[in-house]
Amino acid sequence: MPRRDASKDIILFGVNYKTAPVEVRERLALTRENRPVRFVFERLPSCQELVFLSTCNRVEVIAASSNARKTREEILEFWKGISDMGLNAIEGCCYDYSGVSAIRHVFRVASSLDSMVVGEPQILGQMKDAYRLSLEEGCSGQLLNKLMHKAFSVAKKIRTETRIASQAVSISYAAVALAKKIFGELGGKKAMLIGAGEMAEIAAQHLKTNGIGELVVANRTLERAVELSRTLGGKAISLEELDDALIGTDIVISSTGAPGVIIEKDRIKKIMRPRRHRLLFFIDIAVPRDIDPGVNDIDNVYLFDIDELKEVVEENKQERQKEAIKAERIIEAEVIKFQSWLKSLDVVPVIKGLQEKAESIRRRELERTMKSLRHLDEKDVLAVERLTRSLVGKLLHDPIIYLKKGADMEDREEVLYMISRLFALNGLGQTVSLEDYIENKARRGKRAVSSKGDC
Amino acid sequence: MDRFVFQLTFFTYIAATAGYFVNLITLRREVEKIATCILAGGLCLHTISIILRWTYGRHAPLVSFYDVFSFLAWSLCAAFLLFQAGHKLKALGAFVSPVITLFMILSLMHPNRILPLPPALQSFWLPVHASISIIAYALLTLSFCISIMYLIQEHHIKKKQLGGLFKRLPSLQVLDTMAEKCLKIGFPLLTLGIITGSIWAEQAWGAYWSWDPKETWSLITWLLYAALLHQRLTVGWRGRKSAYMTIIGYLTLLFTFIGVTYLLPGAHSYAT
Repeated sequence: MPRRDASKDIILFGVNYKTAPVEVRERLALTRENRPVRFVFERLPSCQELVFLSTCNRVEVIAASSNARKTREEILEFWKGISDMGLNAIEGCCYDYSGVSAIRHVFRVASSLDSMVVGEPQILGQMKDAYRLSLEEGCSGQLLNKLMHKAFSVAKKIRTETRIASQAVSISYAAVALAKKIFGELGGKKAMLIGAGEMAEIAAQHLKTNGIGELVVANRTLERAVELSRTLGGKAISLEELDDALIGTDIVISSTGAPGVIIEKDRIKKIMRPRRHRLLFFIDIAVPRDIDPGVNDIDNVYLFDIDELKEVVEENKQERQKEAIKAERIIEAEVIKFQSWLKSLDVVPVIKGLQEKAESIRRRELERTMKSLRHLDEKDVLAVERLTRSLVGKLLHDPIIYLKKGADMEDREEVLYMISRLFALNGLGQTVSLEDYIENKARRGKRAVSSKGDC
Repeated sequence: MDRFVFQLTFFTYIAATAGYFVNLITLRREVEKIATCILAGGLCLHTISIILRWTYGRHAPLVSFYDVFSFLAWSLCAAFLLFQAGHKLKALGAFVSPVITLFMILSLMHPNRILPLPPALQSFWLPVHASISIIAYALLTLSFCISIMYLIQEHHIKKKQLGGLFKRLPSLQVLDTMAEKCLKIGFPLLTLGIITGSIWAEQAWGAYWSWDPKETWSLITWLLYAALLHQRLTVGWRGRKSAYMTIIGYLTLLFTFIGVTYLLPGAHSYAT
């Protein structure tokens, strides 16, 4: 079980591709096999809950701690221990968030707004894995559970309500998306690779995962064609057999290193009749180009070269940026909601304390009075009982409403502290201690600017 | 009463059209669903108004321009809804619903009085010939709309303009297949319409075929569509060429349907 303590703050400490080079990131990272999250958790005694996120682009510690400063130091110490780096070097490339900014960061990461390729889908899965691991190891508790679940639902909301992930932002994805706009479903379609470049291979992989029916690899040297077709699961042919093979092909990805055009317009024109004019889609990612640009003028033949694909990708990226603005707005709203839930957390013990104290006073006084009122019959006893109950209830009604509503108010800690003192609510010392009060007051001064924007 | 229901239908169709356009611009799925529901509601109202006219006039309301356009709009709407139930072609609503509305406007532009049927038209073949022909027109209208969508989409891909409508329209192959599907149902119906018409002509006028302008133009339209289907099925014509042919065929059809009556009067004129 995670260590228990009533008043915790969410802190986030980490590095990502913007703040640290890969040499640093890999030294701070943890792999599941050798150092599970439990390992870190044991080395951070001041922290009550922990999720450790480690991907190729970021290493982040998400923690709930009642002593944020101490936890921060412990994290730095821990990283110093595993990385052989100086404290200053680590601190120099770390970002350090707490409270609202930590919540916002977690939401942004989950929604892939903080990713290198905005809108990429992997990060959410990686985050879910990190959280599951933390849960299995017993390192996550009420606060982080809520935070992570909320982050996942925010990410889902953004995915459905904005089009942040709907655009292809790599050349091979763009090529597949175009093929889908021409052929609809790719199942049963035949693709051909001419030449064996790396980008063509990636595009072919994408086509495969999108259910392409058959794959043919044509290459100048048959040997390389055979080799590649084996890894991709297709058939190999030599360039001499190209024309015949083209008759049965729907999608052609060309990426040879040939110095000039290898497929002329007339050649394609001739095969259109035997093809029964079925649509033919050329993707030319070779530089210099392999396919005569005039091919695009033939009916039912579509040609995209590398520059045109790049343009598509560029446009899509801009579209994503626009969608990202919408997503940020959703995140702001969710951060505010989460924050008020968080604040309501430390109101709860005070309300409970008030109710318990009042109830115990009521019972004690009632008992004492009843001893001297033995002549009352059962009905009267019940009436007195009801009277005391309603007195207590009415008296506490307004303060409780005030506290519940006041979860968002600026001087919340102060109010909680005053009420605990005023009613001498024992046992709430660790929730709202004087030190806490002072510390919070000081911190509030610091983040006044940001919290103004949130309220 | 039928007039009121008809006008109500008209406004329902306009609302559905607006819905489809909102869907086209904002890409919100639920708007499309709502628009389809509105359109289906409109179709019910429309059916009621046609039945009302049938009971008032005691003959199938397929004689005047008013009725013919109304029935064409009804058939197109029904064909579209049936088609969408099976194929769910993206953005088709935004292309078909304006045409439905246009037919409604054409209908509303003509007088709606119910005239007693002239003796020449009093036949069992009137509702059969007219309804089959108009349903054929509706399906060919659908293939026309899909061909327009095809040409827009193909233009976007050829010119590499991949914004706006490109994202909203279905893929080329799907559009082509669907246009063909409509042709394959519409063309036999058109044939059947001509055959029933000529049987009726034999009964009414004593000759199967009398080269009246409407008949001639029907034949031209039929030949165009026949040629198109033939080329599609034998040589494998498809795509842009086929889409252009579909549009030319449809324009000829429109001329046969409307133009001939106005410009080349003959035995086939509609009552006005």
